[in-house]
Amino acid sequence: MRRLILIAVPYLWLLALFLVPFLIVLKISLSDTAIAIPPYTPTLDLAGGWAAFKDFLGQLDMENFVWLTEDDLYWKAYLSSVKIAFFATVLTLVAGYPIAYAMARAAPEWRPTLLMLVILPFWTSFLIRVYAWMGILSNEGLLNGLLLKLGLIAEPLTILNTNAAVYIGIVYTYLPFMILPIYSALEKMDESLLEAAEDLGCSRLQAFWLVTVPLSKQGIIAGCFLVFIPVVGEFVIPSLLGGSGTLMIGKVLFEEFFNNRDWPVASAVAVILLLILIIPIILFQRNEQKQREAEG
Amino acid sequence: MKRFSAFNVVSLTLGFAFLYLPMIILVIYSFNDSKLVTVWAGFSTRWYGELLQNEAFLDAAWVTIRVAVASSTIATVLGTMAAYVLVRAGRFHGRTLFSGMIYAPLVMPEVITGLSLLLLFIGIGLDRGIVTIILAHTTFSMCYVSVVVSSRLVSFDRSLEEAALDLGCTPFAAFRLVTLPIIAPAVISGWLLAFTLSLDDLVIASFTAGPSATTLPIKIFSAVRLGVSPEINALSTIMIGIVTVGVITASLVSKRASVKQQAEEQAAVRAT
Repeated sequence: MRRLILIAVPYLWLLALFLVPFLIVLKISLSDTAIAIPPYTPTLDLAGGWAAFKDFLGQLDMENFVWLTEDDLYWKAYLSSVKIAFFATVLTLVAGYPIAYAMARAAPEWRPTLLMLVILPFWTSFLIRVYAWMGILSNEGLLNGLLLKLGLIAEPLTILNTNAAVYIGIVYTYLPFMILPIYSALEKMDESLLEAAEDLGCSRLQAFWLVTVPLSKQGIIAGCFLVFIPVVGEFVIPSLLGGSGTLMIGKVLFEEFFNNRDWPVASAVAVILLLILIIPIILFQRNEQKQREAEG
Repeated sequence: MKRFSAFNVVSLTLGFAFLYLPMIILVIYSFNDSKLVTVWAGFSTRWYGELLQNEAFLDAAWVTIRVAVASSTIATVLGTMAAYVLVRAGRFHGRTLFSGMIYAPLVMPEVITGLSLLLLFIGIGLDRGIVTIILAHTTFSMCYVSVVVSSRLVSFDRSLEEAALDLGCTPFAAFRLVTLPIIAPAVISGWLLAFTLSLDDLVIASFTAGPSATTLPIKIFSAVRLGVSPEINALSTIMIGIVTVGVITASLVSKRASVKQQAEEQAAVRAT
Protein backbone atom coordinates (compact mmCIF):
# COMPACT_ATOMS: atom_id res chain seq x y z
CA MET A 1 0.00 0.00 0.00
CA ARG A 2 2.79 2.38 1.00
CA ARG A 3 4.65 1.40 -2.12
CA LEU A 4 1.61 2.22 -4.20
CA ILE A 5 1.35 5.71 -2.72
CA LEU A 6 5.07 6.24 -3.15
CA ILE A 7 4.80 5.39 -6.85
CA ALA A 8 1.46 7.07 -7.46
CA VAL A 9 2.21 10.57 -6.16
CA PRO A 10 5.17 11.50 -8.43
CA TYR A 11 3.66 9.43 -11.26
CA LEU A 12 0.33 11.25 -11.24
CA TRP A 13 2.07 14.61 -10.89
CA LEU A 14 4.14 13.99 -14.02
CA LEU A 15 1.19 12.57 -15.93
CA ALA A 16 -0.94 15.60 -15.13
CA LEU A 17 1.71 18.29 -15.59
CA PHE A 18 4.00 16.82 -18.22
CA LEU A 19 2.29 14.21 -20.39
CA VAL A 20 -1.26 15.60 -20.49
CA PRO A 21 -0.08 19.15 -21.35
CA PHE A 22 1.93 17.71 -24.18
CA LEU A 23 -1.09 15.82 -25.52
CA ILE A 24 -3.01 19.10 -25.38
CA VAL A 25 -0.32 20.72 -27.55
CA LEU A 26 -0.61 17.86 -30.00
CA LYS A 27 -4.39 18.19 -30.08
CA ILE A 28 -4.37 21.96 -30.57
CA SER A 29 -1.77 21.64 -33.33
CA LEU A 30 -4.39 19.63 -35.23
CA SER A 31 -7.20 22.12 -34.57
CA ASP A 32 -8.32 25.15 -36.56
CA THR A 33 -7.59 28.73 -35.58
CA ALA A 34 -10.68 30.63 -34.46
CA ILE A 35 -11.45 34.11 -33.27
CA ALA A 36 -12.80 33.05 -29.90
CA ILE A 37 -11.70 32.25 -26.39
CA PRO A 38 -9.86 29.90 -26.42
CA PRO A 39 -8.75 30.81 -29.95
CA TYR A 40 -9.11 27.43 -31.57
CA THR A 41 -11.80 24.87 -32.53
CA PRO A 42 -12.95 22.23 -31.89
CA THR A 43 -12.87 22.01 -28.11
CA LEU A 44 -13.36 18.62 -26.58
CA ASP A 45 -16.65 18.35 -24.72
CA LEU A 46 -16.55 15.19 -22.62
CA ALA A 47 -20.18 15.56 -21.64
CA GLY A 48 -21.19 14.78 -25.24
CA GLY A 49 -20.06 11.16 -24.90
CA TRP A 50 -18.70 8.93 -27.63
CA ALA A 51 -20.55 10.57 -30.53
CA ALA A 52 -19.14 13.97 -29.60
CA PHE A 53 -15.67 12.43 -29.33
CA LYS A 54 -15.93 10.92 -32.82
CA ASP A 55 -17.17 14.21 -34.15
CA PHE A 56 -14.21 15.90 -32.43
CA LEU A 57 -11.71 13.51 -34.03
CA GLY A 58 -13.27 14.15 -37.39
CA GLN A 59 -12.58 17.87 -37.10
CA LEU A 60 -8.87 17.46 -36.53
CA ASP A 61 -6.64 17.85 -39.56
CA MET A 62 -3.08 18.51 -40.64
CA GLU A 63 -3.84 22.01 -41.92
CA ASN A 64 -1.39 23.78 -39.60
CA PHE A 65 1.42 21.48 -40.60
CA VAL A 66 0.69 22.05 -44.27
CA TRP A 67 0.74 25.77 -43.55
CA LEU A 68 4.17 25.42 -41.90
CA THR A 69 5.60 23.73 -44.98
CA GLU A 70 4.18 26.42 -47.25
CA ASP A 71 5.55 29.38 -45.34
CA ASP A 72 9.30 29.91 -45.87
CA LEU A 73 9.74 31.53 -42.47
CA TYR A 74 9.31 28.29 -40.54
CA TRP A 75 11.52 26.17 -42.76
CA LYS A 76 14.25 28.76 -42.62
CA ALA A 77 13.91 29.10 -38.86
CA TYR A 78 14.21 25.34 -38.28
CA LEU A 79 17.17 25.05 -40.61
CA SER A 80 18.93 28.06 -39.20
CA SER A 81 18.34 26.89 -35.58
CA VAL A 82 19.89 23.52 -36.34
CA LYS A 83 22.76 25.19 -38.22
CA ILE A 84 23.48 27.69 -35.45
CA ALA A 85 23.25 24.94 -32.82
CA PHE A 86 25.63 22.74 -34.82
CA PHE A 87 28.35 25.35 -35.36
CA ALA A 88 27.97 26.67 -31.82
CA THR A 89 28.45 23.12 -30.51
CA VAL A 90 31.64 22.75 -32.55
CA LEU A 91 32.93 26.12 -31.28
CA THR A 92 32.08 25.20 -27.69
CA LEU A 93 33.92 21.89 -28.08
CA VAL A 94 37.00 23.64 -29.48
CA ALA A 95 36.94 26.15 -26.61
CA GLY A 96 36.01 23.67 -23.90
CA TYR A 97 38.31 20.73 -24.64
CA PRO A 98 41.62 22.47 -23.85
CA ILE A 99 40.16 23.80 -20.59
CA ALA A 100 38.87 20.38 -19.54
CA TYR A 101 42.21 18.85 -20.54
CA ALA A 102 44.25 21.34 -18.55
CA MET A 103 41.97 20.84 -15.53
CA ALA A 104 42.40 17.09 -15.65
CA ARG A 105 46.20 17.49 -15.85
CA ALA A 106 46.40 20.00 -13.00
CA ALA A 107 47.74 18.93 -9.60
CA PRO A 108 45.07 16.90 -7.73
CA GLU A 109 44.87 19.45 -4.90
CA TRP A 110 43.96 22.16 -7.41
CA ARG A 111 41.22 20.24 -9.15
CA PRO A 112 38.34 20.87 -6.71
CA THR A 113 38.98 24.63 -6.91
CA LEU A 114 39.14 24.58 -10.71
CA LEU A 115 35.97 22.52 -10.81
CA MET A 116 34.20 25.00 -8.57
CA LEU A 117 35.33 27.86 -10.81
CA VAL A 118 33.69 26.12 -13.79
CA ILE A 119 30.48 25.35 -11.89
CA LEU A 120 30.10 28.80 -10.29
CA PRO A 121 28.90 30.57 -13.48
CA PHE A 122 26.40 27.75 -13.94
CA TRP A 123 24.69 28.79 -10.68
CA THR A 124 24.60 32.42 -11.76
CA SER A 125 21.54 33.61 -13.62
CA PHE A 126 21.59 32.64 -17.28
CA LEU A 127 19.80 35.87 -18.17
CA ILE A 128 22.45 37.97 -16.42
CA ARG A 129 25.29 36.14 -18.13
CA VAL A 130 23.73 36.82 -21.53
CA TYR A 131 22.99 40.41 -20.56
CA ALA A 132 26.64 40.98 -19.54
CA TRP A 133 27.62 40.65 -23.20
CA MET A 134 25.22 43.37 -24.35
CA GLY A 135 27.37 46.04 -22.72
CA ILE A 136 30.56 44.54 -24.10
CA LEU A 137 29.51 43.98 -27.69
CA SER A 138 27.43 47.08 -28.46
CA ASN A 139 28.71 49.72 -30.88
CA GLU A 140 29.72 52.02 -28.03
CA GLY A 141 30.63 49.00 -25.94
CA LEU A 142 33.84 48.05 -24.20
CA LEU A 143 35.18 45.75 -26.90
CA ASN A 144 34.85 48.39 -29.62
CA GLY A 145 36.27 51.01 -27.26
CA LEU A 146 39.30 48.85 -26.60
CA LEU A 147 39.88 48.02 -30.26
CA LEU A 148 39.53 51.69 -31.27
CA LYS A 149 41.97 52.76 -28.59
CA LEU A 150 44.49 50.17 -29.71
CA GLY A 151 44.08 51.46 -33.25
CA LEU A 152 43.12 48.03 -34.56
CA ILE A 153 39.93 49.34 -36.16
CA ALA A 154 39.00 52.74 -37.53
CA GLU A 155 35.30 52.61 -36.74
CA PRO A 156 33.18 50.48 -34.42
CA LEU A 157 32.36 46.95 -35.53
CA THR A 158 28.72 45.96 -35.47
CA ILE A 159 28.68 42.80 -33.37
CA LEU A 160 25.62 43.11 -31.16
CA ASN A 161 22.41 42.05 -32.94
CA THR A 162 24.25 39.81 -35.38
CA ASN A 163 24.75 36.05 -35.51
CA ALA A 164 28.33 36.53 -34.30
CA ALA A 165 26.99 37.84 -30.99
CA VAL A 166 24.63 34.85 -30.81
CA TYR A 167 27.58 32.46 -31.22
CA ILE A 168 29.59 34.28 -28.54
CA GLY A 169 26.59 34.15 -26.19
CA ILE A 170 26.02 30.43 -26.74
CA VAL A 171 29.68 29.45 -26.30
CA TYR A 172 29.87 31.57 -23.17
CA THR A 173 26.74 30.27 -21.45
CA TYR A 174 27.03 26.62 -22.48
CA LEU A 175 30.80 26.21 -21.92
CA PRO A 176 30.44 24.56 -18.46
CA PHE A 177 28.10 21.93 -19.98
CA MET A 178 30.89 20.98 -22.40
CA ILE A 179 33.77 21.16 -19.92
CA LEU A 180 32.25 19.05 -17.13
CA PRO A 181 31.59 15.75 -18.97
CA ILE A 182 34.92 15.94 -20.86
CA TYR A 183 36.76 16.68 -17.63
CA SER A 184 35.19 13.73 -15.86
CA ALA A 185 36.17 11.44 -18.75
CA LEU A 186 39.75 12.77 -18.87
CA GLU A 187 40.20 12.69 -15.11
CA LYS A 188 39.59 8.94 -15.03
CA MET A 189 42.24 8.36 -17.70
CA ASP A 190 45.38 6.52 -16.69
CA GLU A 191 48.35 8.74 -17.58
CA SER A 192 50.69 5.79 -17.89
CA LEU A 193 48.87 4.98 -21.14
CA LEU A 194 50.39 8.14 -22.62
CA GLU A 195 53.84 7.16 -21.43
CA ALA A 196 53.35 3.74 -22.97
CA ALA A 197 52.34 5.34 -26.28
CA GLU A 198 55.41 7.58 -26.21
CA ASP A 199 57.67 4.66 -25.33
CA LEU A 200 56.27 2.87 -28.33
CA GLY A 201 57.35 5.75 -30.54
CA CYS A 202 54.33 8.05 -30.70
CA SER A 203 54.91 11.76 -30.76
CA ARG A 204 53.01 13.75 -28.15
CA LEU A 205 50.49 14.89 -30.71
CA GLN A 206 50.00 11.37 -32.01
CA ALA A 207 49.56 10.06 -28.47
CA PHE A 208 46.95 12.75 -27.91
CA TRP A 209 44.98 11.79 -31.05
CA LEU A 210 45.35 8.05 -30.66
CA VAL A 211 44.96 7.70 -26.89
CA THR A 212 43.52 10.75 -25.15
CA VAL A 213 40.80 11.70 -27.63
CA PRO A 214 39.36 8.17 -28.03
CA LEU A 215 39.34 7.71 -24.26
CA SER A 216 37.40 10.93 -23.78
CA LYS A 217 34.90 10.08 -26.53
CA GLN A 218 31.98 9.50 -24.16
CA GLY A 219 32.58 12.86 -22.52
CA ILE A 220 32.78 14.62 -25.88
CA ILE A 221 29.53 13.03 -27.04
CA ALA A 222 27.72 13.87 -23.80
CA GLY A 223 29.00 17.47 -23.87
CA CYS A 224 27.99 17.98 -27.51
CA PHE A 225 24.44 16.75 -26.89
CA LEU A 226 24.13 18.82 -23.72
CA VAL A 227 24.93 21.90 -25.80
CA PHE A 228 23.22 21.03 -29.08
CA ILE A 229 19.79 19.93 -27.79
CA PRO A 230 18.89 22.99 -25.69
CA VAL A 231 20.48 25.45 -28.14
CA VAL A 232 18.13 24.40 -30.98
CA GLY A 233 15.17 25.68 -28.95
CA GLU A 234 17.05 28.63 -27.39
CA PHE A 235 15.04 31.80 -26.87
CA VAL A 236 16.93 34.21 -24.59
CA ILE A 237 20.21 34.41 -26.52
CA PRO A 238 18.75 35.16 -29.98
CA SER A 239 16.30 37.66 -28.44
CA LEU A 240 18.93 39.66 -26.57
CA LEU A 241 22.06 39.28 -28.69
CA GLY A 242 20.66 38.42 -32.11
CA GLY A 243 19.26 40.82 -34.66
CA SER A 244 16.32 40.83 -37.00
CA GLY A 245 18.33 38.51 -39.25
CA THR A 246 18.73 35.88 -36.55
CA LEU A 247 16.07 33.28 -37.16
CA MET A 248 15.70 30.74 -34.39
CA ILE A 249 12.66 28.59 -33.89
CA GLY A 250 12.37 29.18 -30.13
CA LYS A 251 12.00 32.88 -30.80
CA VAL A 252 9.53 32.28 -33.64
CA LEU A 253 7.39 30.07 -31.39
CA PHE A 254 7.43 32.65 -28.59
CA GLU A 255 6.40 35.43 -30.93
CA GLU A 256 3.81 33.32 -32.72
CA PHE A 257 2.18 32.67 -29.39
CA PHE A 258 2.42 36.04 -27.65
CA ASN A 259 2.35 38.51 -30.54
CA ASN A 260 0.21 36.75 -33.14
CA ARG A 261 -1.81 34.75 -30.62
CA ASP A 262 -2.00 31.93 -33.12
CA TRP A 263 -2.14 28.95 -30.77
CA PRO A 264 -2.65 26.16 -33.31
CA VAL A 265 0.33 27.27 -35.40
CA ALA A 266 2.50 27.76 -32.28
CA SER A 267 1.55 24.25 -31.18
CA ALA A 268 2.40 22.81 -34.59
CA VAL A 269 5.79 24.60 -34.43
CA ALA A 270 6.39 22.98 -31.03
CA VAL A 271 5.44 19.51 -32.28
CA ILE A 272 7.87 19.71 -35.21
CA LEU A 273 10.63 21.11 -32.97
CA LEU A 274 10.23 18.08 -30.75
CA LEU A 275 10.30 15.73 -33.75
CA ILE A 276 13.60 17.31 -34.82
CA LEU A 277 15.06 16.87 -31.36
CA ILE A 278 13.78 13.38 -30.66
CA ILE A 279 16.65 11.65 -32.48
CA PRO A 280 19.45 13.55 -30.68
CA ILE A 281 17.58 13.08 -27.37
CA ILE A 282 17.39 9.30 -27.87
CA LEU A 283 21.05 9.14 -28.94
CA PHE A 284 22.01 11.16 -25.88
CA GLN A 285 20.11 8.88 -23.50
CA ARG A 286 21.70 5.81 -25.10
CA ASN A 287 25.13 7.32 -24.61
CA GLU A 288 24.33 8.02 -20.95
CA GLN A 289 23.07 4.50 -20.44
CA LYS A 290 26.17 3.00 -22.05
CA GLN A 291 28.31 5.06 -19.72
CA ARG A 292 26.31 3.99 -16.67
CA GLU A 293 26.63 0.34 -17.67
CA ALA A 294 30.37 0.74 -18.26
CA GLU A 295 30.75 2.20 -14.77
CA GLY A 296 28.34 -0.11 -12.97
CA MET B 1 53.77 17.64 -12.94
CA LYS B 2 55.90 17.29 -16.03
CA ARG B 3 52.86 17.26 -18.30
CA PHE B 4 51.47 20.48 -16.97
CA SER B 5 52.87 22.48 -19.83
CA ALA B 6 52.69 26.13 -20.81
CA PHE B 7 49.84 25.17 -23.14
CA ASN B 8 47.73 24.05 -20.19
CA VAL B 9 48.47 27.24 -18.25
CA VAL B 10 47.46 29.34 -21.25
CA SER B 11 44.23 27.46 -21.87
CA LEU B 12 43.19 27.66 -18.22
CA THR B 13 44.02 31.38 -18.05
CA LEU B 14 42.16 32.21 -21.25
CA GLY B 15 39.27 29.92 -20.36
CA PHE B 16 38.69 31.42 -16.95
CA ALA B 17 39.24 34.95 -18.24
CA PHE B 18 36.50 34.30 -20.80
CA LEU B 19 34.16 32.88 -18.14
CA TYR B 20 34.72 35.60 -15.56
CA LEU B 21 35.65 38.87 -17.29
CA PRO B 22 32.13 39.67 -18.56
CA MET B 23 30.72 39.31 -15.05
CA ILE B 24 33.58 41.27 -13.46
CA ILE B 25 33.00 44.08 -15.96
CA LEU B 26 29.28 44.04 -15.14
CA VAL B 27 30.05 44.32 -11.42
CA ILE B 28 32.52 47.19 -11.95
CA TYR B 29 30.12 49.14 -14.14
CA SER B 30 27.31 48.80 -11.60
CA PHE B 31 29.29 51.32 -9.51
CA ASN B 32 29.53 53.76 -12.41
CA ASP B 33 28.06 57.18 -11.72
CA SER B 34 27.11 57.84 -15.34
CA LYS B 35 23.76 56.98 -16.82
CA LEU B 36 25.62 56.14 -20.01
CA VAL B 37 26.63 52.67 -19.03
CA THR B 38 29.70 52.52 -21.24
CA VAL B 39 31.37 55.74 -20.10
CA TRP B 40 33.11 55.69 -16.72
CA ALA B 41 32.20 58.77 -14.65
CA GLY B 42 33.46 57.91 -11.21
CA PHE B 43 32.50 55.61 -8.38
CA SER B 44 28.98 55.77 -7.01
CA THR B 45 26.37 53.56 -5.41
CA ARG B 46 23.44 55.61 -6.65
CA TRP B 47 21.99 52.81 -8.83
CA TYR B 48 21.70 50.57 -5.79
CA GLY B 49 19.74 53.31 -4.05
CA GLU B 50 17.44 53.73 -7.04
CA LEU B 51 17.00 50.00 -7.28
CA LEU B 52 15.83 49.80 -3.66
CA GLN B 53 13.21 52.43 -4.42
CA ASN B 54 11.91 50.67 -7.51
CA GLU B 55 8.80 48.97 -6.20
CA ALA B 56 8.11 47.01 -9.35
CA PHE B 57 11.47 45.26 -8.98
CA LEU B 58 11.02 44.67 -5.26
CA ASP B 59 7.57 43.17 -5.81
CA ALA B 60 8.89 40.92 -8.55
CA ALA B 61 11.81 39.85 -6.34
CA TRP B 62 9.40 38.91 -3.55
CA VAL B 63 7.23 36.87 -5.95
CA THR B 64 10.36 35.15 -7.30
CA ILE B 65 11.61 34.18 -3.85
CA ARG B 66 8.22 32.82 -2.78
CA VAL B 67 7.94 30.81 -6.00
CA ALA B 68 11.48 29.47 -5.64
CA VAL B 69 11.08 28.41 -1.99
CA ALA B 70 7.70 26.76 -2.57
CA SER B 71 8.54 25.03 -5.85
CA SER B 72 11.97 23.78 -4.76
CA THR B 73 10.56 22.38 -1.52
CA ILE B 74 7.70 20.52 -3.21
CA ALA B 75 10.08 19.43 -5.97
CA THR B 76 12.54 18.03 -3.43
CA VAL B 77 9.84 15.90 -1.80
CA LEU B 78 8.43 14.67 -5.13
CA GLY B 79 11.87 14.25 -6.70
CA THR B 80 13.19 12.22 -3.76
CA MET B 81 10.11 10.00 -3.93
CA ALA B 82 10.60 9.58 -7.67
CA ALA B 83 14.29 8.73 -7.20
CA TYR B 84 13.36 6.15 -4.58
CA VAL B 85 10.81 4.63 -6.93
CA LEU B 86 13.32 4.53 -9.81
CA VAL B 87 16.08 2.91 -7.78
CA ARG B 88 14.22 0.80 -5.21
CA ALA B 89 10.67 -0.01 -6.25
CA GLY B 90 11.64 -2.73 -8.72
CA ARG B 91 9.41 -3.47 -11.66
CA PHE B 92 5.88 -2.14 -11.93
CA HIS B 93 3.46 -1.38 -14.72
CA GLY B 94 4.44 1.78 -16.57
CA ARG B 95 7.98 1.96 -15.21
CA THR B 96 9.38 2.82 -18.65
CA LEU B 97 6.91 5.65 -19.06
CA PHE B 98 7.78 6.87 -15.56
CA SER B 99 11.52 7.00 -16.16
CA GLY B 100 10.87 8.58 -19.53
CA MET B 101 8.83 11.32 -17.88
CA ILE B 102 11.66 11.90 -15.38
CA TYR B 103 14.37 12.27 -18.03
CA ALA B 104 12.44 13.98 -20.83
CA PRO B 105 11.88 17.35 -19.11
CA LEU B 106 15.66 17.67 -18.61
CA VAL B 107 16.19 17.99 -22.35
CA MET B 108 12.81 19.37 -23.41
CA PRO B 109 13.12 22.84 -24.94
CA GLU B 110 11.76 25.36 -22.44
CA VAL B 111 9.46 26.94 -25.01
CA ILE B 112 7.63 23.62 -25.42
CA THR B 113 7.33 22.98 -21.68
CA GLY B 114 6.05 26.51 -21.14
CA LEU B 115 3.58 26.40 -24.01
CA SER B 116 2.17 23.02 -23.01
CA LEU B 117 1.69 24.02 -19.36
CA LEU B 118 0.01 27.25 -20.35
CA LEU B 119 -2.42 25.40 -22.61
CA LEU B 120 -3.18 23.01 -19.73
CA PHE B 121 -3.85 25.83 -17.26
CA ILE B 122 -6.14 27.56 -19.72
CA GLY B 123 -7.82 24.26 -20.57
CA ILE B 124 -8.75 23.57 -16.95
CA GLY B 125 -9.58 27.20 -16.27
CA LEU B 126 -6.86 27.86 -13.69
CA ASP B 127 -6.08 31.58 -13.46
CA ARG B 128 -2.45 32.34 -14.17
CA GLY B 129 -0.52 33.70 -11.22
CA ILE B 130 1.85 32.62 -8.52
CA VAL B 131 0.23 29.17 -8.16
CA THR B 132 0.65 28.28 -11.82
CA ILE B 133 4.33 29.34 -11.79
CA ILE B 134 4.91 27.18 -8.71
CA LEU B 135 3.24 24.19 -10.39
CA ALA B 136 5.32 24.68 -13.54
CA HIS B 137 8.63 25.10 -11.69
CA THR B 138 7.94 22.13 -9.43
CA THR B 139 7.35 19.92 -12.46
CA PHE B 140 10.66 20.52 -14.20
CA SER B 141 12.80 20.86 -11.10
CA MET B 142 11.56 17.63 -9.50
CA CYS B 143 13.17 15.83 -12.42
CA TYR B 144 16.55 17.44 -11.68
CA VAL B 145 16.16 16.57 -7.98
CA SER B 146 15.36 12.96 -8.77
CA VAL B 147 18.42 12.62 -11.03
CA VAL B 148 20.71 14.04 -8.31
CA VAL B 149 19.16 11.94 -5.53
CA SER B 150 18.99 8.71 -7.53
CA SER B 151 22.71 8.87 -8.35
CA ARG B 152 23.36 8.91 -4.59
CA LEU B 153 20.83 6.14 -3.92
CA VAL B 154 22.45 3.88 -6.51
CA SER B 155 25.84 4.13 -4.85
CA PHE B 156 24.75 3.36 -1.29
CA ASP B 157 24.85 0.03 0.42
CA ARG B 158 21.36 -1.44 0.59
CA SER B 159 22.25 -3.89 3.34
CA LEU B 160 22.19 -0.96 5.81
CA GLU B 161 18.49 -0.51 5.15
CA GLU B 162 17.91 -4.24 5.36
CA ALA B 163 19.71 -4.37 8.69
CA ALA B 164 17.40 -1.66 10.04
CA LEU B 165 14.36 -3.64 8.84
CA ASP B 166 15.72 -6.82 10.44
CA LEU B 167 16.18 -4.96 13.71
CA GLY B 168 12.48 -4.14 13.71
CA CYS B 169 12.21 -0.76 11.98
CA THR B 170 9.12 -0.06 9.91
CA PRO B 171 10.02 0.77 6.29
CA PHE B 172 9.29 4.43 6.95
CA ALA B 173 11.43 4.48 10.09
CA ALA B 174 14.24 2.76 8.19
CA PHE B 175 14.00 5.46 5.54
CA ARG B 176 14.00 8.26 8.09
CA LEU B 177 16.76 6.87 10.34
CA VAL B 178 19.09 5.22 7.82
CA THR B 179 18.44 6.22 4.23
CA LEU B 180 17.64 9.90 4.66
CA PRO B 181 20.78 10.81 6.67
CA ILE B 182 22.95 9.09 4.06
CA ILE B 183 21.33 10.71 1.04
CA ALA B 184 20.88 14.06 2.82
CA PRO B 185 23.75 15.81 0.96
CA ALA B 186 22.17 14.84 -2.36
CA VAL B 187 18.74 15.96 -1.18
CA ILE B 188 20.17 19.31 -0.10
CA SER B 189 22.02 19.85 -3.36
CA GLY B 190 18.84 18.84 -5.18
CA TRP B 191 16.93 21.51 -3.28
CA LEU B 192 19.60 24.12 -4.05
CA LEU B 193 19.56 23.17 -7.72
CA ALA B 194 15.77 23.40 -7.84
CA PHE B 195 15.90 26.75 -6.04
CA THR B 196 18.39 28.28 -8.49
CA LEU B 197 16.58 26.83 -11.51
CA SER B 198 13.41 28.51 -10.31
CA LEU B 199 15.13 31.85 -9.59
CA ASP B 200 16.67 31.76 -13.02
CA ASP B 201 13.78 30.70 -15.22
CA LEU B 202 12.49 33.21 -17.73
CA VAL B 203 10.82 31.23 -20.52
CA ILE B 204 8.54 28.91 -18.56
CA ALA B 205 7.61 31.71 -16.15
CA SER B 206 6.71 33.98 -19.09
CA PHE B 207 4.20 31.42 -20.29
CA THR B 208 2.73 30.57 -16.89
CA ALA B 209 2.75 33.97 -15.14
CA GLY B 210 -0.31 36.14 -15.24
CA PRO B 211 -0.81 39.87 -14.81
CA SER B 212 -1.14 39.35 -11.04
CA ALA B 213 2.35 37.92 -10.60
CA THR B 214 5.55 38.86 -12.42
CA THR B 215 8.89 37.29 -11.58
CA LEU B 216 12.24 39.05 -11.50
CA PRO B 217 13.62 37.40 -14.68
CA ILE B 218 10.52 38.56 -16.59
CA LYS B 219 11.05 42.11 -15.30
CA ILE B 220 14.77 42.01 -16.09
CA PHE B 221 14.12 40.66 -19.57
CA SER B 222 11.62 43.34 -20.48
CA ALA B 223 14.00 46.01 -19.14
CA VAL B 224 17.14 44.79 -20.94
CA ARG B 225 15.34 44.27 -24.23
CA LEU B 226 15.57 48.04 -24.59
CA GLY B 227 19.30 48.02 -23.90
CA VAL B 228 21.83 48.10 -21.07
CA SER B 229 20.69 49.86 -17.92
CA PRO B 230 22.68 50.80 -14.81
CA GLU B 231 19.92 49.65 -12.46
CA ILE B 232 20.01 46.17 -13.99
CA ASN B 233 23.79 46.18 -13.54
CA ALA B 234 23.30 46.86 -9.84
CA LEU B 235 20.65 44.16 -9.57
CA SER B 236 22.89 41.67 -11.40
CA THR B 237 25.76 42.47 -9.04
CA ILE B 238 23.59 41.73 -6.02
CA MET B 239 22.50 38.42 -7.55
CA ILE B 240 26.06 37.45 -8.52
CA GLY B 241 27.20 38.31 -5.00
CA ILE B 242 24.54 36.15 -3.35
CA VAL B 243 25.32 33.17 -5.60
CA THR B 244 29.08 33.47 -5.09
CA VAL B 245 28.80 33.61 -1.32
CA GLY B 246 26.27 30.76 -1.35
CA VAL B 247 28.29 28.43 -3.56
CA ILE B 248 31.56 29.05 -1.73
CA THR B 249 29.92 28.52 1.67
CA ALA B 250 28.20 25.34 0.47
CA SER B 251 31.43 23.91 -0.90
CA LEU B 252 33.38 24.74 2.28
CA VAL B 253 30.68 23.13 4.42
CA SER B 254 30.57 19.99 2.29
CA LYS B 255 34.39 19.81 2.27
CA ARG B 256 34.45 20.01 6.06
CA ALA B 257 31.74 17.34 6.25
CA SER B 258 33.67 15.00 3.97
CA VAL B 259 36.90 15.54 5.92
CA LYS B 260 35.02 14.75 9.13
CA GLN B 261 33.46 11.67 7.58
CA GLN B 262 36.86 10.43 6.41
CA ALA B 263 38.32 10.92 9.88
CA GLU B 264 35.43 8.96 11.40
CA GLU B 265 35.82 6.17 8.90
CA GLN B 266 39.54 5.95 9.61
CA ALA B 267 38.85 5.89 13.33
CA ALA B 268 36.33 3.10 12.78
CA VAL B 269 38.85 1.12 10.75
CA ARG B 270 41.50 1.55 13.45
CA ALA B 271 39.05 0.46 16.14
CA THR B 272 38.35 -2.86 14.44
